[in-house]
Amino acid sequence: MREGRAARTARRDREFDAFVAGAGGRLLRTATLLTCDAAAAERLLVPALAGTYAAWDRLGGDDPYDVARQELVARFARSSWRHRRPGGGLLRRLSPRERLVVVLRLSEGVAEEQAAAGLGLSPERVRVVCARAVAALCAPAPAGPAAP
Amino acid sequence: MNSYERDHEAVRRLLASCRPAVPPGVAARAAGRGRRLLHARRAVCALGWALLVAAAVAFCVWAALTEPWTARPPGTAPPWDDW
Repeated sequence: MREGRAARTARRDREFDAFVAGAGGRLLRTATLLTCDAAAAERLLVPALAGTYAAWDRLGGDDPYDVARQELVARFARSSWRHRRPGGGLLRRLSPRERLVVVLRLSEGVAEEQAAAGLGLSPERVRVVCARAVAALCAPAPAGPAAP
Repeated sequence: MNSYERDHEAVRRLLASCRPAVPPGVAARAAGRGRRLLHARRAVCALGWALLVAAAVAFCVWAALTEPWTARPPGTAPPWDDW
């Protein structure tokens, strides 16, 4: 029994290392786009990956990348009040919810219904928020007090 | 391509241009943290089982001692027939 547990831990470690080596960059990009800050992105990514590690044996046939992204998004949504006033980053002009929708839809390519289910919004609302965020990003210049 | 699709494509390119480098040791730190999480979860589970078994044993001992299924002696007045 003890031997079996040690072998399972070793296998899990190996698979998890391979997973992070392959998907870590993409997950870190998602975290960076959401938080607009490299240090905050790492603080968001490491616990999300730890949660994925803890769930590794119970994944069944699920894609670990999907699990890690869901964990990341859920953690960001819970702590989004901390990221209301980001200092820099590509999406600093957007609100946390707009950032979530834009990143899920356009960077991750998640379907509208799936993103809506993950965020607890209706698909129409996701479409509206996404259109508003895209319009804000494509606007020529930040108007007024948005740029310090 | 209409302006809607053009804007979406532009934003998609903007998002793809963000390529942060993964700092070394992220996988090891996450694995260590995940392992601690697993241990904690396992400990809570073991504690729950231990409590459940202890409660079951305590109930069995109490039941064997008090035998609550036997009929209680009648609490009414004793029979009195020498009058």
